[in-house]
Amino acid sequence: MRYIDEFRSGEIARALTSELADAMPPGRELALMEVCGGHTHAIYKHGIDELLPPGLELVHGPGCPVCVIPVGRVDDAVSLALEPNVVFTTFGDMMRVPGSKGSLLDARSRGADVRMVYSPLDALELARTNPEHEVIFFAIGFETTTPSTAITLLQARAQGVRNFSVFCNHVTIAPPLKAILDAPELRLDGLIAPGHVSAVIGSRPYEFIASEYARPVVVAGFEPLDILQSVLMLVRQLAAGRAEVENQYTRVVREQGNPRALEAIEQTMELRDSFEWRGLGSIPKSGLRLREEFADWDAERRYEVPGISVPDHKACQCGQVLRGLVKPWECKVFGTACTPERPIGTCMVSSEGACAAYYHYGRNRPKRGSVPA
Amino acid sequence: MCLGIPAQIVEIVDPEAKTAKAEIGGVRRIVSCALLEGQAQVGEWVLIHVGFALDRIDEKQAAETLQLLADMGEAYERELAQIRETASEAGAA
Amino acid sequence: MSEKRANREAPARRKPPFGDERITLVHGAGGKASRNLIEAVFLEELANPLLDPLGDSALIETGGTKLAFTTDAHVVQPLFFPGGDIGSLAVNGTVNDIAVAGARPIALSAAFVLEEGLLVADLRRVVASMAEAAREAGVVVAAGDTKVVERGRGDGLTVTTAAIGLVDERVSLGADRVRPGDKVLVSGTLGDHGMAVMIARGNLELEVEIESDSASVFPLAESLFALGADLRWLRDPTRGGLATTLNELTEASGLCVVLEEKALPVREQVAAACEILGLDPLYVANEGKLIAVVAADRAEEALALLRAHPLGAEAAIVGEIEPEPAGLVLLQTAFGGSRVVDMLTGDPLPRIC
Repeated sequence: MRYIDEFRSGEIARALTSELADAMPPGRELALMEVCGGHTHAIYKHGIDELLPPGLELVHGPGCPVCVIPVGRVDDAVSLALEPNVVFTTFGDMMRVPGSKGSLLDARSRGADVRMVYSPLDALELARTNPEHEVIFFAIGFETTTPSTAITLLQARAQGVRNFSVFCNHVTIAPPLKAILDAPELRLDGLIAPGHVSAVIGSRPYEFIASEYARPVVVAGFEPLDILQSVLMLVRQLAAGRAEVENQYTRVVREQGNPRALEAIEQTMELRDSFEWRGLGSIPKSGLRLREEFADWDAERRYEVPGISVPDHKACQCGQVLRGLVKPWECKVFGTACTPERPIGTCMVSSEGACAAYYHYGRNRPKRGSVPA
Repeated sequence: MCLGIPAQIVEIVDPEAKTAKAEIGGVRRIVSCALLEGQAQVGEWVLIHVGFALDRIDEKQAAETLQLLADMGEAYERELAQIRETASEAGAA
Repeated sequence: MSEKRANREAPARRKPPFGDERITLVHGAGGKASRNLIEAVFLEELANPLLDPLGDSALIETGGTKLAFTTDAHVVQPLFFPGGDIGSLAVNGTVNDIAVAGARPIALSAAFVLEEGLLVADLRRVVASMAEAAREAGVVVAAGDTKVVERGRGDGLTVTTAAIGLVDERVSLGADRVRPGDKVLVSGTLGDHGMAVMIARGNLELEVEIESDSASVFPLAESLFALGADLRWLRDPTRGGLATTLNELTEASGLCVVLEEKALPVREQVAAACEILGLDPLYVANEGKLIAVVAADRAEEALALLRAHPLGAEAAIVGEIEPEPAGLVLLQTAFGGSRVVDMLTGDPLPRIC
């Protein structure tokens, strides 16, 4: 597969690993956060963390849109799915995430018409071809996915499809990054920025991390060579005392991002005053909702949702894991009360959550300690 | 948020609706090109995410990145070869 | 052998108390939940020496003859898919369970549960398909039964089969026969069946030619019987993929399997479809493949034997047995790192993240 296989070369991996070892500033321990769950998944899937030199550590961040959806919002989704005459459509990722009364999959066993879709356009098509049903689409994701929902809404309006609505849980990447950088306990030397989010928003939104927090940022692709090369670029910056935003993923990401994608988002959505993030609490101006002009396609306006904020299980340490303060295996319930079959927190449910990734892929690793404050 | 797959446009389905067929490894899917600048062209490579072509893949940039990596790979192999040579010389001495 | 792997102990697999109140789809995926259900509910009541090994077949010795005996229930949606249908699936799946017990399949029984409203034309198609599969596998359907249930209660058509076979004297198979140093072989490409069915369901809107690999693997198995005691263990990986079957091996044997990612045979279209959907071919179902563990010095010979048969054209040596970490299946990635290949949790679901 072109543009995939070339970026998975084991031979070049060896060269990069050697360069990386050489580039390490002597006597320093470095901690780099990979923000995006897709990066976490790729790192474990290819065993990239094993190739890093001693003294270099990867910390898993909160860029997992499934992980950060609070229990209350899952309950809202289940409630919508159980509405009569509703066909509730969702990405596969959300099917098994447990709310306080079960997951969407459980709701299906209780009679809800829950269907998995690969694209929001498939959900719209479902609405078009099933005028007797109300189709709701469970929209999740960072800015990578938001434009797709936006275009779908624009098309729904243009085509006059009235039996379609969106339950919007889109979030933005910059606010949680700022929340993490503001956390006093965290020691982070650099950031691996999410390549596909950046395809939409460009590389400029990360400038504040370099200028205000003096940390280097590299926008990274998702193939293993992309990730390793990005780590090398960060280490080189750190060794040279630089703090800049660099782009490794030049074949996809442009500095200005994708104007049409940003325009579509602007036309259809606006920032909520605040949005609750699982494990991170309420973050202002971090979540999106549909604009007033799209009220007719807003599931939250058309239906009553419980809207109850459900606190995390007392034993759950997802919040600390999402902020990189605690390693998965350091969580008191990891692997015992909290397993992928019986997850307590979403870090374990989503396959790209730090805990699930470590549990599924990483149990043969020596356990490297937490980043000391 | 991250599963984006490179695929090649193999057919324009509806230029007005901006839909096209993209292919990777023998798998084809109809995707929306509403997020691309201008019209999609057959033969172009794009990044697919949830049924949309998110952006074009800049083939020149891809080649540059790969070249950089390949050069690193070559330099490394040369270094290794040198080490092996000096080691065997030392052994022979 | 990497030092990193040598001294790592796998965490003990804690068996959680089975508290599930209702059956959910996860129980049917073939992974941990299925296993827990079987142990907590079925073995709890039915345990006996024949059942306990939880092999694909039971081995029954009677009057000096060793028989293999197995049963299988088949539910698949859609009923018809590229490369097969519920009928051929039923015959081949059951025949394969007998084959991997080291036995020659002789006869099948087939019980049908038909849903009110099922088209007779569809039923004819399924039965014709079964007949052809049986002919190809060299078996007969010796007994049958039919029931009809009310509309809405039957999934169209479900088939339950049972089969008996005659164990080949040359072989002695079991997880306890596996030794460190043994090699792991697969008879061909991974994930064809699962992807074919997933795509045939139609809701993913993917257009690709992928056919189910449903077939009898008995000829492949029989060619390996010639290895005698050097053939240690056979299985046909079905739901849950290669990963699940190998995890069953490591758990039963207390050993470790190390796979080489570069050696795993996967069709380009299956690999591409998995990339798009965020799936891992290691976990996708097969219906016409064999996994064999053989003594190291006979591995090349075993490979040649498999490749001599059209069904085994893409056979490969994919891994090795190691003493530890006990109970784990590991993968040496093509990139140069490693990872655990864990037991499946639920059916692999497409993801976008």
